[in-house]
Amino acid sequence: MKIPIELIRIVVALVAVMAWVGLNALLLVYCERKYAGHIQRRPGPFEVGPHGIIQPLIDGLKLMAKQLLMPDGADAILFWLAPILSMIPVLLLFLCIPYSPLLTGWEVNLGLLLILAFAGLNVLALLLAGWGSNNKWGLLGAARAVSQSVAYEIPLLLAVLAIAFQTGTLNLTEIVNGQGSWPWQWNIIVQPLAFLIYFTSILGETNRAPFDLPEAESELTAGFHTEYSSMGFGLFFMAEYANMVVVCSVATVLFLGGWKGPFFDGWWWFLAKTYVLLFVMIWLRWTYPRVRFDQLLNINWKWLLPLAVANLLGTAFLMKVFA
Amino acid sequence: MNAIRKNVIQPIIDLWSLIVGLKVTGKYFCQRHVTVHYPRKIIPAELTDTFAGHIELIPSAKDPTIPKCISCMMCATNCPSNCIKVLKQKAPKVSPEQEKEWAEAEARGEKVKRPKAPKNPAKFSYDYSLCSLCGTCIENCPVSSLRFSHDIYIVATDRKELTMDLLARLARQAEAQAGKPADRAPGVLEQAAEAGQEASAKEA
Amino acid sequence: MTRYPNMEQVTGDFYTQNFEKGAREGSLILNMGPQHPSTHGVLRIILELDGEYILRCDPVLGYLHRMHEKMGESKTYRGFIPNMGRVDYGCPLPWNWAFVGAVEKLAGIEVPERAEYIRVITTEMNRITSHLLWWGAYILDLGAFTPIMYAFDEREWLLDLLQTPTGSRLTYSSFRVGGVGHDIDDKFIEGLKAFIPYFRSRLPMYKDLVTDNIILRKRVEDIGPMPLDMCRRYGATGPVIRGSGLAYDIRRAEPYGIYDRFDFEIPTQDTCCCMGRYKVRLAEFEQSLRILEQAVDQIPDGPIIMDKAPKPSWKPPKGEVYFAVEGARGKTSVYLVSDGTKSPYRVKLRAPGFSNLSLFAEAAQGTLLADAVAILGSLDLIIPEIDR
Ligand code: SF4
Ligand code: SF4
Repeated sequence: MKIPIELIRIVVALVAVMAWVGLNALLLVYCERKYAGHIQRRPGPFEVGPHGIIQPLIDGLKLMAKQLLMPDGADAILFWLAPILSMIPVLLLFLCIPYSPLLTGWEVNLGLLLILAFAGLNVLALLLAGWGSNNKWGLLGAARAVSQSVAYEIPLLLAVLAIAFQTGTLNLTEIVNGQGSWPWQWNIIVQPLAFLIYFTSILGETNRAPFDLPEAESELTAGFHTEYSSMGFGLFFMAEYANMVVVCSVATVLFLGGWKGPFFDGWWWFLAKTYVLLFVMIWLRWTYPRVRFDQLLNINWKWLLPLAVANLLGTAFLMKVFA
Repeated sequence: MNAIRKNVIQPIIDLWSLIVGLKVTGKYFCQRHVTVHYPRKIIPAELTDTFAGHIELIPSAKDPTIPKCISCMMCATNCPSNCIKVLKQKAPKVSPEQEKEWAEAEARGEKVKRPKAPKNPAKFSYDYSLCSLCGTCIENCPVSSLRFSHDIYIVATDRKELTMDLLARLARQAEAQAGKPADRAPGVLEQAAEAGQEASAKEA
Repeated sequence: MTRYPNMEQVTGDFYTQNFEKGAREGSLILNMGPQHPSTHGVLRIILELDGEYILRCDPVLGYLHRMHEKMGESKTYRGFIPNMGRVDYGCPLPWNWAFVGAVEKLAGIEVPERAEYIRVITTEMNRITSHLLWWGAYILDLGAFTPIMYAFDEREWLLDLLQTPTGSRLTYSSFRVGGVGHDIDDKFIEGLKAFIPYFRSRLPMYKDLVTDNIILRKRVEDIGPMPLDMCRRYGATGPVIRGSGLAYDIRRAEPYGIYDRFDFEIPTQDTCCCMGRYKVRLAEFEQSLRILEQAVDQIPDGPIIMDKAPKPSWKPPKGEVYFAVEGARGKTSVYLVSDGTKSPYRVKLRAPGFSNLSLFAEAAQGTLLADAVAILGSLDLIIPEIDR
C-alpha cells in the first residue's frame, strides 16, 4: 500500500503545529507579562530563570498539577467538551498558514475561507463552557461571547473580502505572492481602511481588551471560564493565545506581505511582522479601559459594518473601472 | 454643518484621545522601571529608619544586655491589645542560717542589708501579632525603655514565632554590637542585604 | 445612557421591593459578592437581572463588622485611638481627628499650634493618598490595568513621607488627645516641597491617559445620576454631594482645627453623574496641594502636644459631644457620651461610606451590570468603614 505523500506531510505538519502552538503560547504569555510590566514601570516576571524566561513553563506545570474540578450540577459532557473544542480548530488553523513558500503545512486553494470558517467554531466552545458549567457568571459571559463574536465576524469577513476581490484569490500563498518585498508594495497601502477594520474586529473576535467582555474580570469575575480549573482553564488560555497568533498571522498575510520583506524574504519576516501586531494588541490591552456591552455592539453595527461595506463597494467599483 | 461636526469631526477627535493614551503608556514602556529588586537590592536606609516596626527594649547605659526597664508594668497594663507580659525578678533565695544571722543582728540593733530583687525584668515577652503599633507603651514608660524597631523585613511562618522574647533579642543585639559571632548564621535576608549594598555601591 | 425599557414592570416603592425566596419568572437573581473583584472587599449585592439590566438590587452589609463602636465602650480614651486607624484603612487620619477632636471638645483642651499644622499636613496628604487609591481602583474596575500602577508611584512617595510623622504606611493612629504623637523634621518638609511640584506635573498625564480617553468618558458620563435631592434624602456627603453641585465641605461649613486660615476652593460639578464625582476628586488633588503649600510655609515651631497630656487613665468630664471632620469620603464624625469614667459610655461613628452606599440601589436600578460597577466605584467605598 502506498501512503500518499500529502498525508505524511499533513501528519508531520500537525505534530509540528502542536509544538509550535505550545511554544507560541508560552512565548506570548511571557511577552505579554513582560510588556505589561514595563508599561507599568515594573519588571514583570523576573525570578524563575534569567529575566523570568521560564516562568510561563512553570506556570503551565503548576496548572497541570492542579485538581480538575467540576461544579455540582454542571453538564459533564458539555463542560469537558468545551475546552477541547476551543483548542482543536486552532490547530487546524495553524496548518494553512504560509510561513514561507516551503513552510506551509497544507496548501489549500480556499485557505482563507477555511481559516475564517474554523475560527468561527471558537464561539461554540465559549458558549458550551458558559452554559455547561451551571454558573450564572458563566452564563452571562457566554451570552456576551456569542453576540460579540457573531457581530464582529461580519466586518471581519467584509474586510477580508475586499482583499480577496482585489487579488482575485482565496489562496493565502498567492495573496502573498501578489505583494512585493517593500512596504509600499503591501496591501495595507491599497487597503488601509480594510486593515483598520480587520484589526478592530480581531480584537472583538479574540476577546482582547478593550473588547474583553466575555471574561470582564471586574464585572463577571471570570466570565465563561469562571468554573474551570487546571488544564481546563489552561486549554482556554492556550486557545486564546493561539487564536491571537492566527489572526495576526492572517493579517500579516493579507496586509503586510507575509514572508516578504526588504532584502531577504523568508519566515523571519513573517514572524517579526506577526509579533509586531501582537505587541500592538498587548499595548492596547494595557492602556484602555473596557467598553460597555451596548457600546461594543454599537461600534460594530454603526461604525465598522457601514465602513466595511463602503470599503467593499468601493473596492469592487474601482476593480471594475480599472481592471 | 452641525451634523458634520457631530458625526465626522467629533469621532476623529475621540479617536485621537486613544492615540494620546497609547503615547503615554508607550513613553513609560521605554523608561526605566521603578521597582526595587528585592532581595538583590534593598530600599535606602532613610526609609526604613522612619518606619515603626515592632517594639524593642532600649539597653541601659551600663550593660547592653540589660534594659533600662524597671518592671513597673505601666506598658503591660496600658496596652490596649494586651500584648506585653512582664515578669518581675524574685528576690534571691536566702539560706535559713543567713536569715537567722540577720534576725540576730537586727535584734542587736544593727542595720542589716537584705538583698532586694533586681529591678530589671526576668521576662519580657511581646506578641507582635496582637500589637496595633499605637505607641501607648512607649509614651508611658517612665524610664523610656521602649522604642519602635525599624525592622521592616520581619517574616514568620507561624503565629507563635511572632511572640518574641525581647530580652533575648536585646542580648542578641548586644552580641552583634560587640562583634562576637552571633549564635546563628546570618539569615538569607542579611546576606541579601549585604549583597544588595555591595551591588548598589558598585553601581554608584 | 441606556436604561431598561420595561422599568414600569418593577412596581412598588423602592424600600418595599424586597427579595422573595425562590425562583422568579423571567429574571435572574445574581449574588455579586461577598467575593467579587469590584466590590473591593466583602460587600454583597443581590441583583435581579433581566438580561444584563438590573431590575432591582439590594446591598447586604455586615461581612466585615468588627464592633469598633462596642470596643470603644471597654477601652480607655487613649486605647481607642488605634481603632480609629482601622475603621477606614484608606483614609484613617480624619477618623483619628474626629475622635481626638471630640474628646478635646468634651474636655475643653487646647491643641498647640504646631500640632494643628501637623494635623492639617498629614490629613491632606492622607486625602491625596486616599484619592489616588480610589482613582487607580476605579479605573481598574472599568477595565484598565495600568493607571493604578502609575497612581501607586505617587502614592508610594507620599507614604514614604507620611512614615515620618506617623510611623506606619497604612493604618495610621498618630493623633493624640491634645496634639500629635510624632514631630516632623526638615527632611520631611523638604520632601514635601519636592513632591508638590512633581505631583502637579503628573496630573496632566492622568488627564491624557484616563480623563480624556473616549472609552472612559463613554463609560462614566451621564451614568448613575444622583440629583441633589436624592443625595439629600440619603445623607450623602463628600465628593458624592459635591459632584451633584452642592459645595458642602465640613472644612468650610463648620471649620475645625485651623482650616479657616487656608485659602482653598471647594470644587463642585453639577452633572450629578459618575464623571462629576470623578472630576471633583481629581480637582481636590489640586486643592489639597494648595493647602499643603500654605501649611508648610506657615508652620511654627513649638511643642507638638499639650503640657500634661492625658494619661491612659485620664477621666474626662461628664457630657455628650459631637465632632465632625471632612474625610476623603465625606462627613466623618464621632458622637461621644462620657459618664466621667476612664472609658467612653458610648461611641457612635458616622461613616460617610454608609450613607453614600445607600444611594447605590436607587441609582443602579434600570442600568446595565457594567454601569452598576461604574456607579459602585464612583462612590469610593471602603467596606470596613461601612460595617465598622
Ligand atoms: S504599641 Fe500599643 S499595642 Fe503595641 S505593645 Fe505598645 S501599647 Fe501594646
Ligand atoms: S513601662 Fe517601661 S519600665 Fe515599666 S515595665 Fe514597661 S518597659 Fe519596663
